Amino acid sequence: MSRSGRRRGSAASGSAHPEGPRGAGTGPGAVTAAPALLDLRLVFVTGKGGVGKTTVAAGLAQLAAEQGKRVLVCEVDAKGDVTSLFEAPPTDFTPREIAPGVWSMSMDTEASLREYLKLHLRIPVVGRIGPLAKAFDFVATAAPGVREILTVGKFCWEVRESHYDLVVVDAPASGHIVGQLAAPQAINDLVKVGLIRSQTDWMLDILSDPRQTGLVAVCTPEEMPVSETLELAERVRAETTVRLSAVVVNRVLPELFGQREEEIFEQLRGLGNQEVLSERAGGSVSPVLEAARLAVTLRRTRSAHLQRLQAGLPDGLPILLLPYLFARSFGARTTRQVARALSEELGL
Amino acid sequence: MTASQAPVAKTVGQLLAAKDIVIACGPGGVGKTTTAASLAATAVVEQGGRVLVLTVDPARRLADALGLKGIGNDEVRIPDEVFARAAARPRGELWAAMLDTKQSWDDLIRTHAPDEETREQILANPLYQNISGRFVQSHDYIAMERLYEIHCEGTYDLIVVDTPPTRNALDFLDAPQRMADFFSSRLLRWLIVPYRSRLVNVASRPFYQVADRILGTQFLADISEFFILFQSMYTGFVERAEAVTRLLSDRRTTFMVVSTLEATPVREAEFFSAELSARNLHLGAIVLNKVLPEYLRDPKTDKLAQSMASHAADLAEGLTDDPTVAARVVREVAESFLNFGVVARREAEQQAELRGTPDVLVTVPFYDADIYDLEGLLRLGAQVWD
Repeated sequence: MSRSGRRRGSAASGSAHPEGPRGAGTGPGAVTAAPALLDLRLVFVTGKGGVGKTTVAAGLAQLAAEQGKRVLVCEVDAKGDVTSLFEAPPTDFTPREIAPGVWSMSMDTEASLREYLKLHLRIPVVGRIGPLAKAFDFVATAAPGVREILTVGKFCWEVRESHYDLVVVDAPASGHIVGQLAAPQAINDLVKVGLIRSQTDWMLDILSDPRQTGLVAVCTPEEMPVSETLELAERVRAETTVRLSAVVVNRVLPELFGQREEEIFEQLRGLGNQEVLSERAGGSVSPVLEAARLAVTLRRTRSAHLQRLQAGLPDGLPILLLPYLFARSFGARTTRQVARALSEELGL
Repeated sequence: MTASQAPVAKTVGQLLAAKDIVIACGPGGVGKTTTAASLAATAVVEQGGRVLVLTVDPARRLADALGLKGIGNDEVRIPDEVFARAAARPRGELWAAMLDTKQSWDDLIRTHAPDEETREQILANPLYQNISGRFVQSHDYIAMERLYEIHCEGTYDLIVVDTPPTRNALDFLDAPQRMADFFSSRLLRWLIVPYRSRLVNVASRPFYQVADRILGTQFLADISEFFILFQSMYTGFVERAEAVTRLLSDRRTTFMVVSTLEATPVREAEFFSAELSARNLHLGAIVLNKVLPEYLRDPKTDKLAQSMASHAADLAEGLTDDPTVAARVVREVAESFLNFGVVARREAEQQAELRGTPDVLVTVPFYDADIYDLEGLLRLGAQVWD
């Protein structure tokens, strides 16, 4: 049995958070300003390394599939993490159904180039593409942005061709995502004519449309992830045409006590009482009480960071809270738990 | 810096005493920057010498913790007063610098450009501005390049480097070699042949036909111009990139993998350790941050907590003025212990599975609060040191 944190979202309630962040669509102006997350066609999920970006991408895909959508979840770093969250073997560039309604692929810029050449230039036969791919690998290094275009372009293409209802991208970490999302615009500025130029035009149309494309930033209620998320929100606004659709705060610890409980806890911790408790329980309860103190302290530190996040983000931006999962391992079971938590936060 | 005569360091302190360069690497978000800074500061207090922490993290908090207004591309010294405030006495000097990718690239061009005109043309080229400012791979390369430059100046006894956060941890290891390959490529020569002679070059013609269609002639011309300019710096660049590669595998350089015991970071750390050994690079230490305390895994306490959860009301009876709340508190406390126990056991298992053969493996406990000042950095350093 895995014990999932109860009182989900209670991080937002209690004395520390009088107004409390709520799920999508309930912030001021959010109803009209932001289309529901699952109604988008292309969602990039990013975040500082180690905050659970992949877990959230998988949970989002799972939830969308449960809602009856055909979902493509794409891995950019090709580590096989996404598929393992569905208990499936790694996928390659060709999408494969890994769970009902969920297809998975991993990005491979060379394969993307092949597909691109085949589709747009009608350059025949795979055999002859060998040296050509090498040439373009070179050009991609020489002309920065080409690799990014091939990556982002593939996702946009899937959206345009409507093979899926929703494309979820397990995108690069927050440090890299801006470069990737800004690439079409950068290329557009650099390249005035040619095929690439005409390509970036329609890609920009999709990326810049807040009804189709959105970015989800994942963080944890810890100092650096919160700071980075605030910086990311600003950079995305200033440097890209993509809209930040939601911030997901992962690993929110359950609130152990209210004020009254805390008073009682202190009474129980009192010297005489602790001994009586230990006697009655048949062993020293001191480590158990110590662990509770640790849990309370951790949560308190995190609440402060959560508050800073809320204060720093634009009004009306949905902030979704996911509970800390006290789970033994991460796999299909936790993916479902994350999907359920997201569903509650989104008010589904 | 020859405090340790032992062939293999047994503590982080010994490792730092025996090496000139320590490269902290590993997944993002695990406290890499903080660990690097705290080790550099601790080295100054414990061992003395001139120590530099070279960070890529623009976080102002680190600057604050070091008592600086900000950290830039130029190295700045941490004033002794800052140590005094932390009740510590430095036996040497602590310096800090932050990697500014754009600035470092510009400096590199200034070093290698054959003349002023070429230099100005490169600095003004839109493609160059794109490469130097925006793209990640150049960041990886420039970090190692800057390390090499500082190392060659011979100003420091010890340099602790905090590497760029990258999911593909190999990127920065490969960056110098990729740079060298890139500049010695045949394709680059094709690209920089003046346009009219391309037409007679049979080998490169198909390449250009396709390239023209995709990139457009103007863009190709921009690329050409850029690389023609760059070619004048070819030899300098390749030599430099090769020297950087040599420095990384030098015996005076060691790598320190920093991670937490969360599933994803630990897997990346493991992957990274394996890659280091595959490349014959020295894995000096693995530092595991934010590790939950051991008592959470004690089976006897786990049993006790289970029984507390089911007999909460009986246990708390008569101890407080509010039996209902007391029972709830006892149950909550017990369940919380069990919850954290699950995570602690998962972490212990991750640690046991962590392969790689570092000289030193250390764990750092979960801190109640974040580190905000030098005192905090030194406290963390002391935990890791022995």
